[in-house]
Amino acid sequence: MADRFSSPFEIQTPPGAEGWQELYTYSSLFCEERRDYENGAFWFHDGVHWPEALTPWDTSFLEFAFISLSQYNTRHYVIPPAYGVDFRILNGYVYLSPVPAPPEDIESRVPLFMERAGFYFGNWDRLYDDWLVKIRDLIKEMSELSFQPLPELEDMEVITSGAGKGSGNDLIASYHRLLDLGLTLWQYHFEFLNLGYAAYLDFFGFCKAAFPSIPDLAIAKMVAGVDVDLFRPDDELKKLARLAVSSGINDRFGGDVATTWQQLEADEAGRAWIAEWNKSAEPWFNFSTGSGFYHSDKIWIENVEVPIGYITDYIAKVKEGVDLDRPVAALHAERDRVVSEYRELLDSDEDRAAFDGKLGLSRTVFPYVENHNFYVEHWGHSVLWRKMRDLGKVLEAAGFLTNADDVFMIKRAELGDVLMDLVTGWAVGAPSRGPGYWPAEVERRRGIHKALKEWSPPPALGVPPEVVTEPFTVMLWGITSDSVSAWLSSGDDGADGVLSGFAASPGLVEGPARVIFSADQISEIEDGEILVAPLTAPSWAPVFGKIKATVTDVGGMMSHAAIVCREYGLPAVTGTAFGTKNIKTGQLLRVDGNTGTVTVLE
Amino acid sequence: MTECPSAIPFGTLAAEYHAQVGGKCASLGVMSQAGLPVPPGFAVTTKVFVDARDASGLMPRINDLVANVDTTDHTALAAAASQARELVRGWALPEEHEQRVRQMYAELCALCDTDDVPVAVRSSATAEDSPDASFAGEHDTYLWVCGIDDVLDKVRDCWASLFTERAITYRNEMGYDHDGVDMAVAVQKMVRPRAAGVAFTLDPTNGDRSGICIDAAWGFGEGVVSGDVTPDNFLVDKVMWSINRRTISPKTHAHLLTKIEGSDVPRVARVQLPEDQVNAPSVTDEEIIAIAKLARAAEKHYGSPQDIEWAVDDDLPAGQDAVLLQARPETVWSKKHHSVGAKTDAMASIVDTLVNPLYAGKGK
Repeated sequence: MADRFSSPFEIQTPPGAEGWQELYTYSSLFCEERRDYENGAFWFHDGVHWPEALTPWDTSFLEFAFISLSQYNTRHYVIPPAYGVDFRILNGYVYLSPVPAPPEDIESRVPLFMERAGFYFGNWDRLYDDWLVKIRDLIKEMSELSFQPLPELEDMEVITSGAGKGSGNDLIASYHRLLDLGLTLWQYHFEFLNLGYAAYLDFFGFCKAAFPSIPDLAIAKMVAGVDVDLFRPDDELKKLARLAVSSGINDRFGGDVATTWQQLEADEAGRAWIAEWNKSAEPWFNFSTGSGFYHSDKIWIENVEVPIGYITDYIAKVKEGVDLDRPVAALHAERDRVVSEYRELLDSDEDRAAFDGKLGLSRTVFPYVENHNFYVEHWGHSVLWRKMRDLGKVLEAAGFLTNADDVFMIKRAELGDVLMDLVTGWAVGAPSRGPGYWPAEVERRRGIHKALKEWSPPPALGVPPEVVTEPFTVMLWGITSDSVSAWLSSGDDGADGVLSGFAASPGLVEGPARVIFSADQISEIEDGEILVAPLTAPSWAPVFGKIKATVTDVGGMMSHAAIVCREYGLPAVTGTAFGTKNIKTGQLLRVDGNTGTVTVLE
Repeated sequence: MTECPSAIPFGTLAAEYHAQVGGKCASLGVMSQAGLPVPPGFAVTTKVFVDARDASGLMPRINDLVANVDTTDHTALAAAASQARELVRGWALPEEHEQRVRQMYAELCALCDTDDVPVAVRSSATAEDSPDASFAGEHDTYLWVCGIDDVLDKVRDCWASLFTERAITYRNEMGYDHDGVDMAVAVQKMVRPRAAGVAFTLDPTNGDRSGICIDAAWGFGEGVVSGDVTPDNFLVDKVMWSINRRTISPKTHAHLLTKIEGSDVPRVARVQLPEDQVNAPSVTDEEIIAIAKLARAAEKHYGSPQDIEWAVDDDLPAGQDAVLLQARPETVWSKKHHSVGAKTDAMASIVDTLVNPLYAGKGK
């Protein structure tokens, strides 16, 4: 077994991707100036959020997210043992490295943490109520930003109102404001999350100390909510399916979406259904089919064929008499049973008091942990991607870009220059450089990006830590000392046909594999198959009615995907690292969600 | 109180009949109804004994034989006892009682899908009313009894054990009436295990009370108990009912039922196993969970961690084939306290968790 992973400096550029570094911000690259630090650190590929090679603009969220996560650990709450999580882009893929606090500082950080984090824990409900208002206000402001083509002449009203500034200024300002709001969105994301995880981990640690063999799943089950916003979009689909059946308009679904929509608009019942659809759609269909971190992730509200397809499937189920409702009362009762039985097994009343306290705090913080994802990665990102597309349309109309989506092939900061170029040409009344420069440059970058997409990032680089201790690394990415050593020993062959990962959801099944790499392939999934994917997104919920089990390359017990798998009662093994690489569609698999193993049977 | 039936299955034995079925049957009834699946069977009540005795008209003769025998004269005592027992063995069961016992046995055979299913026939003393009945018990257990005619004979043999020399001497010395005694009989299926073993309602490696630790091997559990077979081992979570650990051991031998030449009673012998069984799990996942559930039921019933013996009976239908053979209190870990001793101050505890994460060596 090797004692370290490849150095990031040994990784070759994939053929055809020469010059890839120009697609990404200079500070996000491994570089000579930081070589000693970078070479001695441990880096793991974040396939949970960024399974594919990034386009230039999309890296903005990488920076927004890790500035925010890190800053709360390091500068706000002073998490005693942990600084932030450093990030790099290599061949278009994201690598992360948790940075520990200097051991000698840990003790002095403790009282600061107790005071600062203690304030948040002590005022959690009030602060969370405020958060829900803040996040909605922020998304509203973002929605109201406007990106319009520059006018031939400014309106007379600009003159008469004495505005004193023009549309070019506004366009540039709106872009800057969009970036500011994007960063703030992510500041809000991490305002509570690290603390939420810390409280959960405290309960988790207590349970493991009391019951060394307790499954992680049992702990999650005691804390997890039953009515979670992340399930709302799926619940809304079911509601609309039932309404279609009860209004007798269900036969209009199943063909192409344009026809469906025409037929719905044609009469009273159809229009009433559309009115309900509109109520559900804002905000609940601002829901990404992926992690939300890619401009190419489809958003339901903009790709109506996706939710309509799911509704069509649900209509068929309603007609078969299938009860689509999640058994909420039964789920509550089961949660209470699990809690009371473990509680009763504790050794003493002191232990029971500690258990009650920790469970109570975990349940206080957990609604945030479970719900933030919808508000930030789904709703907030959907709006931001939409605004960026509006900006792309402005540039397309001005001849800078061939298609609006080409805007994502431009780096975040470069785009400021592009707008300056556009506004200069508009203001001066002379040609901008952009139309002559960007179409070809975008084509060149697309070629590089395509080559990067073909490449498979190794799961880790650099020097593995003796033990993985950064709690969020374990919680979010499923990186443990054991998974690191498994990567070191397995290479990428997996020759014995057995993969191991996290036992994320219990159960044992066998069935044929369906390997898919992106949300676009969801329609290939057939009844009774075992889904094998780099990761699963919460918005894939409707396909969980078809499949028998799930296997993912990345993710831990609390990854967004694992939560949904448990909700749907399917066996799941997450974080296998090599699932999509070693398994082929059609192979017969045995998935053991109790032990976290996947066996290729034939 | 309704009239006591002739024979009552353990699974439906109501408490009101405990006096008519004896201590052993009553205990089997209580266990069955507490979710502790003992091997199935039925009680032949004292009513059958009393009616058979009265119908026989032989009691005055028996009394003559035993009431005034000189208990210090061993030869005379032995002769009287032997003759009395012979008379009891001659009692005929009144027709309706015999039909009822035949029906119960036929139902047991049907449940096991086996003609003449082997049973154990045991006396079940009604100790409260007749303390002397407790003398019955040394020679009144008959194993591997097959067929209803043999069952009925062994029932009478159990009754006859009321007239051992010791029992007669005791009653005469205490001045008890020989008419005043009666006896119930337990008829219980002999277990023919496909697999068997032991289970602890905690994890014996660390005292974890949330785990049920099962040792399992092919055939009878003797090898698991004595240690001459390396068992498969499973750890089941008693709240989630998930199998958290499984170790399949090479089981080269098993204790299996072996027919002995010239004897009706088979014997358990240690034999070598065929290749395909050696490394195969001796119990299925469904069986593991069923065993864990019966162990947990025993723990709840007795109110403390238990060390049980169990078997998966080859004759019983799937889903009802995991049976409890014995339960006794676990003694090693139950006496120890293993309080977590977590900090009660929430913030201090969170700091501990962050600074000393359990994740450091977490297994997958």
